[in-house]
Amino acid sequence: MAGLAVIRVAACALALAALVAGCGRAGEGTTLRFWAMGREAEVLAELMPEFERTHPGIHVRVEQLPWTAAHEKLLTAVAGDATPDLCQLGNTWLPELAALNALAPLEARIAASRGVPRADYFPGIWATNVIGGHVFGVPWYVDTRLLFYRRDLVAAAGYDHPPRTWDELKAEAAAVQARGHDAYGILLPLNEYEPLLAFGLQQREGLLREDNTRGNFSSAAFRRTLGFYVSMFKDGLAPPVSNSQIANVWTEFGRGYFAFYISGPWNIGEFNRRLPEALKGRWETAPLPGPEGPSASIAGGASLAVFRRSAHPDEAWQLVEYLSDPAVQARFHALTGDLPARRSAWSAPGIAADSHTAAFADQLERVKPTPPVPEWEEMMTEMRVVAEHVVRGDTSIEEGTAELDRRADRMLRKRRELVAEGHAP
Amino acid sequence: MNRRTRSIAVNGALALVALVTAFPLLWMVSASLMPAGMSANFPPPLWTTHPTLVHYRELFAHAGFGRHFVNSALIASGATLLALTLNVMAGYAFAKLDFPGRDRLHRVLVAGLVIPAQVAMLPLFLELKSIGLVDTLAGVLVPSLAGIFSIFLVRQAALSIPDELLDAARIDGASEWTIYRRIVLPLLTPMLVTLAVFTFLGAWNDFLWPLIILNDDDRYTLPVALASLSREHVQDSELMMAGSVVTVLPVLALFLGLQRYYLQGLMAGAVKG
Amino acid sequence: MIRRGTGLWFATPALAVIAVFFFLPVAGALVLGFTDFDIYAIADLRNVRFVGLRNFQELLATPLFWRALGNTLYFAVVGVPLSMAASVGAALLLNSPLARLKSFYRTVLFAPVVTTLVAVALIWRYLLHTRYGLLNYGLGLAGISPIDWLGNPTTALPAIILFSVWKNFGYNMVIVLVALQQIPEDLYEAASLDGASAWQQFRHVTLPSLRPTLAFVGILTLAAYFQLFAEPYVMTQGGPAQSTLSILYFMYDEGFKWWNLGRASAVAFVLFLMMFAVTGFNAWLAQRRAA
Repeated sequence: MAGLAVIRVAACALALAALVAGCGRAGEGTTLRFWAMGREAEVLAELMPEFERTHPGIHVRVEQLPWTAAHEKLLTAVAGDATPDLCQLGNTWLPELAALNALAPLEARIAASRGVPRADYFPGIWATNVIGGHVFGVPWYVDTRLLFYRRDLVAAAGYDHPPRTWDELKAEAAAVQARGHDAYGILLPLNEYEPLLAFGLQQREGLLREDNTRGNFSSAAFRRTLGFYVSMFKDGLAPPVSNSQIANVWTEFGRGYFAFYISGPWNIGEFNRRLPEALKGRWETAPLPGPEGPSASIAGGASLAVFRRSAHPDEAWQLVEYLSDPAVQARFHALTGDLPARRSAWSAPGIAADSHTAAFADQLERVKPTPPVPEWEEMMTEMRVVAEHVVRGDTSIEEGTAELDRRADRMLRKRRELVAEGHAP
Repeated sequence: MNRRTRSIAVNGALALVALVTAFPLLWMVSASLMPAGMSANFPPPLWTTHPTLVHYRELFAHAGFGRHFVNSALIASGATLLALTLNVMAGYAFAKLDFPGRDRLHRVLVAGLVIPAQVAMLPLFLELKSIGLVDTLAGVLVPSLAGIFSIFLVRQAALSIPDELLDAARIDGASEWTIYRRIVLPLLTPMLVTLAVFTFLGAWNDFLWPLIILNDDDRYTLPVALASLSREHVQDSELMMAGSVVTVLPVLALFLGLQRYYLQGLMAGAVKG
Repeated sequence: MIRRGTGLWFATPALAVIAVFFFLPVAGALVLGFTDFDIYAIADLRNVRFVGLRNFQELLATPLFWRALGNTLYFAVVGVPLSMAASVGAALLLNSPLARLKSFYRTVLFAPVVTTLVAVALIWRYLLHTRYGLLNYGLGLAGISPIDWLGNPTTALPAIILFSVWKNFGYNMVIVLVALQQIPEDLYEAASLDGASAWQQFRHVTLPSLRPTLAFVGILTLAAYFQLFAEPYVMTQGGPAQSTLSILYFMYDEGFKWWNLGRASAVAFVLFLMMFAVTGFNAWLAQRRAA
């Protein structure tokens, strides 16, 4: 009879669990589900009490998506009709979700609001939120990729300035590496496509052609970019590893395991927070080196988007307005190091005084958006994969770029058909 | 080689194999008690002299593992109860009750065993979307209800119930339902426990389907929450090991408690095929 | 004497669930495989069209698909014999009349089987770490320089195989143990009277007696190994250089990451064919044994 007892225990556990789950539910009022990524989600949790105090009746539940799983989770939510009320959306993902008809157009709300003055935003960044005449997102923070470097190590290697060109980058990385023991010049994690994309955007030629319906990776310009990227691995300046194999990027940067790292503004905050006190002032940021001198990088960043299926669009919009407030943007910057989308927030003392943000201000003048096609994220994944194969010597640059074009053309076939029929999203 | 040396060799080998097998689990517990960052050192430490529960506190206070635990418990016990109810009745019917089309249905089910469950997942998602079960706990346990294999296990066990016993009860005027409750279920109890343990462990440990169907953090089961946390906190090995302990300990305890039934079921399933 | 309808009442709930939540989606998968269902279709169902065999043709022309298939077969072909060898070895030790604390050891060796895959894969991820992992530390003591287990395309899948053997060998061990106990003692007695060594006894008595069990268990393990997914998902995310991408992972990416449900269904169909081949082989074996 032990068996029946077990089932009875299981039944009790079930009832108990149901009870606990039931009790956990919050009181009355509106609960907003807000999806945010990584560190931003953690910081939002600190900002929400004030919002909830000034907006009684609205409770915000911030859910943290890991960056590496965020994209698939968003698409799954759309496919399964399980979208939250609003979310932080990387602006390269915006076209995709707009094509899926998942986002609410915001232009009417923006026009009626005093909290989101369009003139106060970087025009280039704002443009990435406009698709087919509709505004689908309000820029939240701006972001681009540039160079983080250990000033002390670079100086010890005999350089008094950060690299400005591709050749200088390789020369300085080699010089630093030559002095170190069990160390590398630069970290280019193989599971990130952004460094290669940023270099790719520096070329005059586009990454797609024919109205964004075909890949253009076999162009001489992109082959040159890939060649430069791969040469840093071939010359032993960059370890062929992914981020997850570096046990801890911050610790290793602090230990001098590598001296250059291409990353975004959030790492200003992370480095400030996680590097030991002794390293203060010994690392710096610089604009991304270009083929012949300072050049473009990714027009990145994240917007706040409201989902079409949200049952509480008015409350969600109130939260967008709150997070767009310059004072809140400045506080958000202080907590994350993310750069505010509102220009008026840049004059806040915390931002103006930080030497690390100057390079970003400079770089943001020269950012380029990526092609607004829904297939972009998948294509970038393919680009990363092909680049990794070239880095590991499984294939050549010629074959790799040709293969990349084949895959891009296949991915874009449906888009070509829809464009031909005249109703491309 | 004399008996004594052989005995030392055999027992030594056993102890060694057991140590190697148990080592990852022991290290998990030990690492979960280390202060943050301690395990990422060289040489790698095996234990700490200053054990701390801070990672467990972090899991339950900030990472929502209390809720994930409840979700896993709800789904696993819900799946167990429902699957048992459905499949035991069906297995008994296939063994002892005659009904039109029984043999043909039986053949269809046998054919179904060949189809891997993953084949059904893509359309099942669309199907559950149309009935609004995506991102719900009910949606998670749906596939574990369709247990062809469980039906066969019960049928095997039920075949050994003597017909005379059932017929005698029928002559006494008992209804089929009463016979099922009063005679069949008690006789099948060992099989029921086995099946319950199997279903519970299967549902608790399941990963792919909950990963697909769940979206809201609050409804994550422990394995999905753990995989998600690991993507964000891969550097925090001690925290991750605490999460692993929380996930693994309940099933390990259940197994230790009901080992006899579990292994019996395993052999029944395997030997009879 | 039994009312003929009653059986139907008992069987219907389960059969209905199986029909609606299993056979119906399986049929759906077959249909989806011939359409170009993708994210455009999720936005607007009018964007779906039948494309005949195109998904299958394209699949066969996709290098990544062959890569995933190759990885899955590699994992199965290397992993299954290793798992089986470990199972038989452990079972032999446990079955030895000299062994003590048998049930304790059996429990310990079986424990990994019941653990949650995601959780223990995480443990191994740390144990396999290049710089701080205990495995490399142990190898270092033996004078072997560190191996970048999960970071190197040639060692990542072997590392996952190692992990899978650890995780799974206990299951078959228990089954083999039962089979060992059923071998009649007098076979061994006769063999030792003939002067057979321990190895000869194993070769000529134990192995032949185990053969049916091993064949059966091997095929079940093979079918299970074809469904590799969570291990690479947690440990390597399919990398490095897609050396740990499996068929099921490929299907997951196509279907639930990129929402190319048409193409993903074609992949699912391939997985089905693999399972079908394995179970068909099993049925053939069983028949031959019976004959």
